[in-house]
Amino acid sequence: MSTDQATETPDSIPETTLDSVVIRFCGDSGDGMQLTGGQFTETSALFGNDFATFPDFPAEIRAPKGTTFGVSGFQVHFSSESIYTPGDRVNAMVAMNPAGLKVNIQDVEPGGIIIVNEDEFTKGNLAKCGYIDGYNPLDDEEINNKYHLVRVPMSRLTKESLADSGMGAKDINRCRNMFALGIVYWLYERPLEQTKAYLTKKFGENKGLPEVAKINIRALEAGYYFGETAEVFPSRYRVPPAKLAKGTYRQISGNEATVLGLVTASQKANKPILYASYPITPASSVIHGLAHLKRFGIKTIQSEDEIAAVCTAIGASFAGDIGVTGTSGPGLALKGEAMGLALMLELPLVVVNVQRAGPATGLPTKTEQADLLQAMYGRHCESPVIVVAPRSPSDCFDMAIEAVRLAVKYMCPVIYLSDGYIANGAEPWKVPSVDAIPEIHITHPTQNDIPEGSFKPYTRDPETLSRPWAIPGTEGLEHRLGSLEKEAETGNVSYDPDNHDLMVRLRAQKVANAADSIPLLEVNGDPSGDVLVLGWGGTYGSITTAVEQVRAKGHSVSSAHLQYLNPFPSNTEEVLRSFKKIVIPEINLGQLSMLIRSKFLIDTIGINIVKGQPFRVDTLVERITEVCEQ
Amino acid sequence: MSTIESNDTNLPIYTAKDFTTDQDVRWCPGCGDYAVLSAVRKALPDIGRKKEDFVFVSGIGCAARFPYYMDTYGMHSIHGRGLAIATGVKCANPKLEVCMVSGDGDLLSIGGNHTIHTLRRNVDITILLLNNKIYGLTKGQYSPTSETGKISPTSPAGSIDYPINPIALTVATGCTFIARSIDVDMKGMDIILKRAMAHRGTSFVEVYQDCNIFNHKAWFYASQKDTMPENTIKVEHGKPLVFGANRDKGIRFNCGHPEVVSLEDGKYNESDLIIHDETDRLLVTLYAQMAYPDFPEPIGILHADPTKPTYNDLLYQQLEEAQGIGGQPDLQALIAGNESWEVG
Repeated sequence: MSTDQATETPDSIPETTLDSVVIRFCGDSGDGMQLTGGQFTETSALFGNDFATFPDFPAEIRAPKGTTFGVSGFQVHFSSESIYTPGDRVNAMVAMNPAGLKVNIQDVEPGGIIIVNEDEFTKGNLAKCGYIDGYNPLDDEEINNKYHLVRVPMSRLTKESLADSGMGAKDINRCRNMFALGIVYWLYERPLEQTKAYLTKKFGENKGLPEVAKINIRALEAGYYFGETAEVFPSRYRVPPAKLAKGTYRQISGNEATVLGLVTASQKANKPILYASYPITPASSVIHGLAHLKRFGIKTIQSEDEIAAVCTAIGASFAGDIGVTGTSGPGLALKGEAMGLALMLELPLVVVNVQRAGPATGLPTKTEQADLLQAMYGRHCESPVIVVAPRSPSDCFDMAIEAVRLAVKYMCPVIYLSDGYIANGAEPWKVPSVDAIPEIHITHPTQNDIPEGSFKPYTRDPETLSRPWAIPGTEGLEHRLGSLEKEAETGNVSYDPDNHDLMVRLRAQKVANAADSIPLLEVNGDPSGDVLVLGWGGTYGSITTAVEQVRAKGHSVSSAHLQYLNPFPSNTEEVLRSFKKIVIPEINLGQLSMLIRSKFLIDTIGINIVKGQPFRVDTLVERITEVCEQ
Repeated sequence: MSTIESNDTNLPIYTAKDFTTDQDVRWCPGCGDYAVLSAVRKALPDIGRKKEDFVFVSGIGCAARFPYYMDTYGMHSIHGRGLAIATGVKCANPKLEVCMVSGDGDLLSIGGNHTIHTLRRNVDITILLLNNKIYGLTKGQYSPTSETGKISPTSPAGSIDYPINPIALTVATGCTFIARSIDVDMKGMDIILKRAMAHRGTSFVEVYQDCNIFNHKAWFYASQKDTMPENTIKVEHGKPLVFGANRDKGIRFNCGHPEVVSLEDGKYNESDLIIHDETDRLLVTLYAQMAYPDFPEPIGILHADPTKPTYNDLLYQQLEEAQGIGGQPDLQALIAGNESWEVG
């Protein structure tokens, strides 16, 4: 948090202007922290700040109340500058209960503001989160010295401010989060209008509970006025709007962008998408989003299991829709055999994989990048597929379109590797003009294209090596696809050894050919030098921010980020060989490193941290600096 | 192949030959699958659909080679997954006539889950279960329909699995068309196939099929000239349950339980017997439990309920309703969302 200036306002509360602030809201998973954080973000977005968010919540919907494993958090970084990450160090935190404080306090910067609901710091609640009997962190001298601790009896004040509302104690108690939000809105000079409108719509219009909307709004205002009158803060803070390029903006999360990208691809291809999926965290919100878009011709099917989902998508592609399935790592494992079928049949298929921490059930709500090798090699025998990876929430839009484009152009499966961090995180997005997005050209042969009786389903386009996509219902092109090895051209079953060798190579070459239609790898910074930091997927924001900081210290360091993992962009080797050292930060134990070493015989230095959390910029700065100074 | 006017479409007149591919059929000589293939090829010209509208899907197994021999669109897929694929085909293009041909291992073991859920959803697909009570392609292991005690390479001391009852399973899922046939009964199979394909909803047809290599004679108690009349009962809608070579026996209810009675001793006549009603779910529940040697096994169309909407119809109904609201959808507006703001 950098301070530009401090001015005295007429009512003698100083105002401080800051470039950027990181706030974290935390509390019990029933405390409404995701909603609270989401509202602060929405308001900041409309105010004109750049922002990045990081929702962090447990897998349990309602873990036992007051426990540390039931803590839900929402971090938002908002700024008057361009930012790429939700921030490492928390400048201000709202903790609705002792468990929230306990779990999150180590992330708050020394001197940072911590606003607690002191009513929740009861003997029972302190015991629930494992504090020893008689200890209350709010009375801890060390904590009070290190942080600016603001104790607010939020439960009592909320109750008192709504005492005359005539509403029940339960409804009133649920308004505490809005009281807390009101305080923070006052502290950061945010307008209340957006949240008031939201509450009116959510409770009043959508749920038919105007009284609930009313008390939430009153609690929000009560919190705001409390900030104004209680004089417990040393200053108010102002983060001016960012200088963003002209245009229409919206807030977008990765999964929302994936949904919009798929719909756009469907429209641009003039073809329905059939999305079949089995619910799984953190991918479920993709099918939730698509299920509402029937008016765009999107078909969604909640399948009975992961395998059914991918197979239904394959069946849909055979019949002429664009078959898409979505899942997370455990589901990708289950879909492996069917993806092999799709590449044998040479039908388009998009597999959305929103990666999460594992193996097995692992940490379902936490992020990881450890499915890269599964995406590359997680099928039996020689079974290459195209692999793409969006690098930020908004990039999910572009890469979802790319996944569809490549699947139909090369008639093969495409795995789309998003992750829990960018799927749930949000940022502002300059809304593109749909007219400027290129069409996706698809042709299905008809009898007129083929002299009678000679349709061969495995003839190939000389440029792409794709086979024709003839669909059932087309007169005269009846043919059988199958999982048994195909004879080149005719597609008949063939056990011929030379034919198998040929087909294995053709399928591999076809995927390799996709390099001809993907963009080159761009370098951020000098195109050659001492160190290149190479990343892929959702770590783009952290890596870009860290590399810029290290470069600002005078080091010769650039970054490059792979959105296409198979095939790699055709200039990848050239880029890598322009630097003395290649550093690869990944949220796994070195999977991209393994691919780069094996493909190019270029050594790499890994930065591998697998904690279920996105990279911290300061950690990357430290580790990259070490390499630069060696 | 000539063309005639049929309703408002030009439906060519086909013969079985039009549905025959140039591929050599590779089943063992004497396999019951040949009879089913022949019956299907003969039935298709009478379905009233264009050749290009048929799609045959299969999983893995001997029966699953079926699509290679049908000159229609087809897909031989992976083990157990045929129905999930067929669901995708039908939902992508509901105008297609989708048929899934599979065996007892594929449909009831490795693909059991998809069978349950396809039937439950009532996707408009015709399923042919070629039940030979054995794993043929993997060389003779016991299957989920093999009898307990079956000696096989994986059960040298006798299988300790209890078999599944396919008809009872279909009843449990709410399947809307349930039929049973025998590979040697070409006439009966023809009637069933045509009805099954005409049915809107999932049609499930179990065929007692002889594997003459690994499980020969498994169905002889029901499929031979002398055994069929005594050990099976051909059910016909609206007709009493009569069986026997001389049509001398019947099934009646006795205090709510089915009972085999003689029609010869003068005690009972046809008016005392159960009348087959294919729309009655309770009757098919009963048929599912009628098994040799206690009862003759019911053959024919055991249940048909054309009233339940299909999954694909409901899917398209929701699509059409959504598309009917608010005219042409605005992609730009969708992408911009409800909470956008302007900069500059």
